[in-house]
Amino acid sequence: MADPSLIACPHCDLLQRLPALPAGGSARCPRCDRELARARPDAATRSLALSLAAACLFVVANAVPMLGLRAAGRDASTTVIGGAIHLWTHDERMVAALVLCTAVLAPGAQIALMLAVALGARAARPAAWVGALLRHQPAARTWSMIEVMLLGVLVALIKIADYANVIPGTALFVLAGLVFVLAAMQASFDARDVWARVVWADAAAEPAADLGPELAS
Amino acid sequence: MSCPACALVSRPPRGADAGRCPRCDEPLAFRAANSIQRTWAFLIAAAICYVPANLLPVLTTTTPQGSESDTILQGVVLLWSPTGWPLSLIVLVASIMIPSAKILALAYLLLSVQRGWVANPGSRTRAYRIVELIGRWSMVDVFVDTFTAALVQLKPLMAVEPAPGLAFFAAVVVLTMLAVEAFDPRLIWDAIPAEERHA
Ligand SMILES: [Zn+2]
Repeated sequence: MADPSLIACPHCDLLQRLPALPAGGSARCPRCDRELARARPDAATRSLALSLAAACLFVVANAVPMLGLRAAGRDASTTVIGGAIHLWTHDERMVAALVLCTAVLAPGAQIALMLAVALGARAARPAAWVGALLRHQPAARTWSMIEVMLLGVLVALIKIADYANVIPGTALFVLAGLVFVLAAMQASFDARDVWARVVWADAAAEPAADLGPELAS
Repeated sequence: MSCPACALVSRPPRGADAGRCPRCDEPLAFRAANSIQRTWAFLIAAAICYVPANLLPVLTTTTPQGSESDTILQGVVLLWSPTGWPLSLIVLVASIMIPSAKILALAYLLLSVQRGWVANPGSRTRAYRIVELIGRWSMVDVFVDTFTAALVQLKPLMAVEPAPGLAFFAAVVVLTMLAVEAFDPRLIWDAIPAEERHA
């Protein structure tokens, strides 16, 4: 069996053995200072609760208006998806797709993946599909930019306020809450713990190599 | 050898091919495949798009007096006022400083790896982490322009529409993010002699 406490730093490849961590403690790479692991108390329950909360906020944030405008006796309002649709209809399809991906699809995928993984990881020996989903989690997280979008919306709001009355919509406040819930959801999640417990279909392919630090590569 | 998906450390089988992770079956490699070439490719493409992104207008404002197009930098200048300067600063940092700093920093990291420099691997790794962390914030202006254009539709009084520079700017953001992902920071440590690496 490969020793699961043996870890190669993803940033500098230093091979090292992880010590047992006290609750709330974390381990950093002695060479390049990257955080390698963090002991998260009640990780499974917390990430399940937080991903459920995130899912609810996400649905509301996309269903109700985010920004309204009142000028010359007329009202207009838009949702996040409405912004992307407007770009699409004005021949900025690439940008529309990018906005849709980073503001709607990637956050949605990030939340759905986390919810599924948190549910699946409640079992003592999570099934292989949990691992299969876990593999896509870093990409969903990289391209999910709710916090960046929120800053963009605030800048747009103040900018537009110069020539029209801007009305912040409910979705704006829901999105602000979602930023915090998403951060807490990621922070409470312990990927190493889940990886260590997932059962792969081919049980015979369990790691069998015994290796010493001299094999560092 | 460490699995890129699940981080399990395993011994690669003998032979040229590094094989697959025994735990999760992800293909294994010593280093991200063609990391240097792929990072250069994304980076050069980003640098090329950076020129039209800054020269072409990103927004067109139409009023009864006529229409007016603004580039990113003109937008920053327009916003600059006693009350608007914080916004102007946000856009300046996110749209102009972060993308150019990212392109320069990655080019420097690539050169340092290709030339086999051994000095300051720790601070070069930190530079990579900063680039990785702040890169996403250059999307701010894409969102600002999107929601400004979506909302300000007060024809015939005033309408704001996206202009071609926006697509180039979005391409710069995506390409620099892909370049950061393609770069393997472990390359920075490869030139350091083994005895020092484990010190
Ligand atoms: Zn390290």
